[in-house]
Amino acid sequence: MSDSKREWQEKVLAPQLKRGAERQPVFQTDSGIGLDPLYTPENMTGFDYGAKAGYPGEYPFTRGVQPNMYRGRFWTMRQYSGYATARESNRRYRYLLAQGQTGLSVAFDLPTQTGLDSDNPVAKGEVGRVGVAIDTLRDMEVLFESIPLDKVSTSMTINATGSILLALYLGVAKKQGVSFDKVNGTTQNDILKEYIARGTYIFPPKPSLRLITDVFSYCTDNVPQWNTISISGYHMREAGATAVQELAFTFSDAIAYVEAALAAGMDIDSFGPRLSFFFVAQNNLLEEVAKFRAARRIWAKIMRERFGAKNPRSWMLRFHTQTAGAALTAQQPDNNTIRTTIQALAAILGGTQSLHVNSRDEALALPTEESALLSLRTQQVIAYESGVADTVDPLAGSYMVEALTDRLEEEALKLIEKTDKMGGALAALAEGYQSREINESAWRYQQEIESKQRIVVGVNDFISETPPVKNLLKVDREQERQQIEGLHAVRRERDNQRVKAALKRLEEVARGTENTMPAILECVEAYASIGEMCDVLRGVWGEQREYAFF
Amino acid sequence: MTTAQDVIRVLVAKPGLDGHDRGAKVIARALRDAGMEVIYTGIRQTPQMIVAAAVQEDVNVIGLSILSGAHMELFPTILQGLQENGMGDVIVLAGGIIPEDDLPALKAMGIGAVFGPGSSTRDIIAFIRQAMGEKGKKASA
Repeated sequence: MSDSKREWQEKVLAPQLKRGAERQPVFQTDSGIGLDPLYTPENMTGFDYGAKAGYPGEYPFTRGVQPNMYRGRFWTMRQYSGYATARESNRRYRYLLAQGQTGLSVAFDLPTQTGLDSDNPVAKGEVGRVGVAIDTLRDMEVLFESIPLDKVSTSMTINATGSILLALYLGVAKKQGVSFDKVNGTTQNDILKEYIARGTYIFPPKPSLRLITDVFSYCTDNVPQWNTISISGYHMREAGATAVQELAFTFSDAIAYVEAALAAGMDIDSFGPRLSFFFVAQNNLLEEVAKFRAARRIWAKIMRERFGAKNPRSWMLRFHTQTAGAALTAQQPDNNTIRTTIQALAAILGGTQSLHVNSRDEALALPTEESALLSLRTQQVIAYESGVADTVDPLAGSYMVEALTDRLEEEALKLIEKTDKMGGALAALAEGYQSREINESAWRYQQEIESKQRIVVGVNDFISETPPVKNLLKVDREQERQQIEGLHAVRRERDNQRVKAALKRLEEVARGTENTMPAILECVEAYASIGEMCDVLRGVWGEQREYAFF
Repeated sequence: MTTAQDVIRVLVAKPGLDGHDRGAKVIARALRDAGMEVIYTGIRQTPQMIVAAAVQEDVNVIGLSILSGAHMELFPTILQGLQENGMGDVIVLAGGIIPEDDLPALKAMGIGAVFGPGSSTRDIIAFIRQAMGEKGKKASA
């Protein structure tokens, strides 16, 4: 320690601490990283600017993936939405686009996500609840009615049925006369985190990974602008993971996908540039900014050093961010707007490519149109009024942020190594490693709240009675009935011989080794339903049971 | 002295298709730490599976956690299944994303209490102990 700092500690800080203890015995981030009271140039000793930070648009991309970041264009403002029927959701999309939203993000209902038709008895009560219900190409045509697919980019939160939804999207593009090379968007397509934390898996890991790598290779050849996967830390963090665990488990999953694609014979630089990521932005602003910066550095190193990628685009970590659903409170819901603003700021200071801001009423229901608009306005106020987007990576060089970026990288790398030693993400999750770690963090967090070690305004302190929120969004049962009726109409009107032949073909392909995408596209264009396609695949591959660890 | 009979048996269940089980797992652990016998079903359980588990495990309490919004469809089927299997006196609690407007209807159909986001596990434990105590008094009266 320098003489000047020691002198400050002894002569200035110590007397202050003698007069009164600090608010807490220790200060730490959400990941449990201890924080000093003060960061100084000493924390930067040995800091190699070129290796650690570098320049934006260059390896290791710590400062951002674009050379001038938001001075060129803002992040994509992409509000995740969808509910009830395709008709209703189409109306909401057009409304959001008219209000200045710059990309679409489709939420599908759980039957669509788990490969069940709307008339399946197990789907009862779930149709159109947490997202839009899609059964056949007919629904998808309505969902994107009057939305030209060569003019908008669309992100779809879809995993087990990701390749089917991509085929449905391409089916709409064809009908609109848009060539596949103009189609732009993302399928989440990340099954590993479904096994770990989110739960909408259908098939066992091996065929699931095949579906994913089939999308990689199909898009490389046919849909070059598609982001084939969005490898997600978001849901693991929401399930309780810390920022460090979010980074580590996400990259361990990413390594597993890269290895699966390499094993399928693909070249790293053919699919590498189309891999994308998805993280949360939580409340702890500086830790989150450091997390995003560390994430870029970690991924660049993995792709270049571990996998030997040569194309700089393969090294770039491009990511979407959503504010934290788990941070929303049912109590004093207006406070959520403040929380999401801080979180959105973290994402932007962290250099996100695209952002969804949650709505204040989401601890209670899906957001109303009014709440969704406020979320979009939050993004626009930060973009157009705050000035934070006018300089690239403005927090770089902060003694504290650089120190924290280093620590997060270091801690995440330790966990990645641990997962490597267990045989990789898939072997680890089959043993319950990630979910146990996540459960443990969730438990600790709950204990901190109950012991008031952690204060959540309006929940365990500063409690006041607030009137219940009025006019929450309701999805009524009538929508489910309409959806089922629509599905039955399609089944009556389509060429059922063609459907049968297409499903037969899909079965043959599933049993063999060729790429599944063309056969899925054939089914989709014959108006086969998602449930029918998944039933065929279930018949060939079987179903995955829950990796239950409690 | 605690006998085997005194141990409160709880089934924590995830009806419907949503996989959000953070809350369910935290509650299950808190109840177990409080000395209760806890069985967790795992995710994506149909009403029939939940009723079957409740019967098989002979539980006193069921905690239903649901975040998909399908509660008004799924809960009545579960409660009816419990009635039909002679388990109408089981204390059924709910948690998750449940709008306030639905609370009266849920109470009327036999849900003992709804613990939404921000609930303290201590309150849930206290509620279960009190409800079990009242049931015991009724039984011995």
